Amino acid sequence: MHALANPARFLRFARPVTTWLLLVGLLLAIGGIAAGLTLTPPDYLQGETVRILYVHVPSAWLGMAGWIGIAAASISQLVWRHPLAAVAGRAVAPAGATFAAICLITGSIWGRPTWGTWWEWDGRLTSMLLLFFLYLGYVALASAERERGGEGRIAAIYGLVGAINLPIIHYSVLWWRTLHQGESIGLSGSSIDASILWPLPLTMMGFTCLFAAATLMRMRADLAKAKVEARMRRMGRE
Amino acid sequence: MSPWPFVIAAYGVTVALTLALLLWSYASMRRAEAAVENLKRQ
Repeated sequence: MHALANPARFLRFARPVTTWLLLVGLLLAIGGIAAGLTLTPPDYLQGETVRILYVHVPSAWLGMAGWIGIAAASISQLVWRHPLAAVAGRAVAPAGATFAAICLITGSIWGRPTWGTWWEWDGRLTSMLLLFFLYLGYVALASAERERGGEGRIAAIYGLVGAINLPIIHYSVLWWRTLHQGESIGLSGSSIDASILWPLPLTMMGFTCLFAAATLMRMRADLAKAKVEARMRRMGRE
Repeated sequence: MSPWPFVIAAYGVTVALTLALLLWSYASMRRAEAAVENLKRQ
């Protein structure tokens, strides 16, 4: 991480990686979606609606992973004063907010035929909605701080405090056994049959690559804007 | 109740929002990097 602290070195790394992440991400996501829609059998209980799994689970993972990224960037900024930490935090937030929104919308669409309702104030749904609002707050705070020429310390503290919501989302299905199902995919295995599960790693990896590509593109944009602003300031002084 | 409208809606929302995020990020990056190039040429 510290090897990439120099923005010029980071850009030399980010330029080719962005293209590869986009290509691999599109390939895996399209392959996973096609397989999930056509090659897997319907679930014995949920029928065809189980296919929403292949887009809902990756978006839930990325919605949460985005905030893990913000928390890591916040620690990196507050402890080590990494020069790219604030840039990374600002770049991750819109992607995380987008996937948190996708998770909420696809979950709601899945809930209607499965549970008979679009929305319920259940622990998992409510904590995920809170995560989405935390993202909006982070985007607004980080943008305001950048415009004022701040170092992004307030946004970093907010990012760390917001991370308290992550274990709440994860354990919500155990703490409050309401409408959302319990954990069906864990480190020790899955309760979902392999004939249904196999396209999921494809969409998980595909959307993760696209998330990373969007983040790198936003970091490159932020660094380029900073370069233009610095040059303008120098020209104004001359 | 047919399940397909729900499945199609979920995939449509996912594809539309993911593409919107990627296009928005790409356009921001291209615009900002073009501004750097313009400034270098001046």
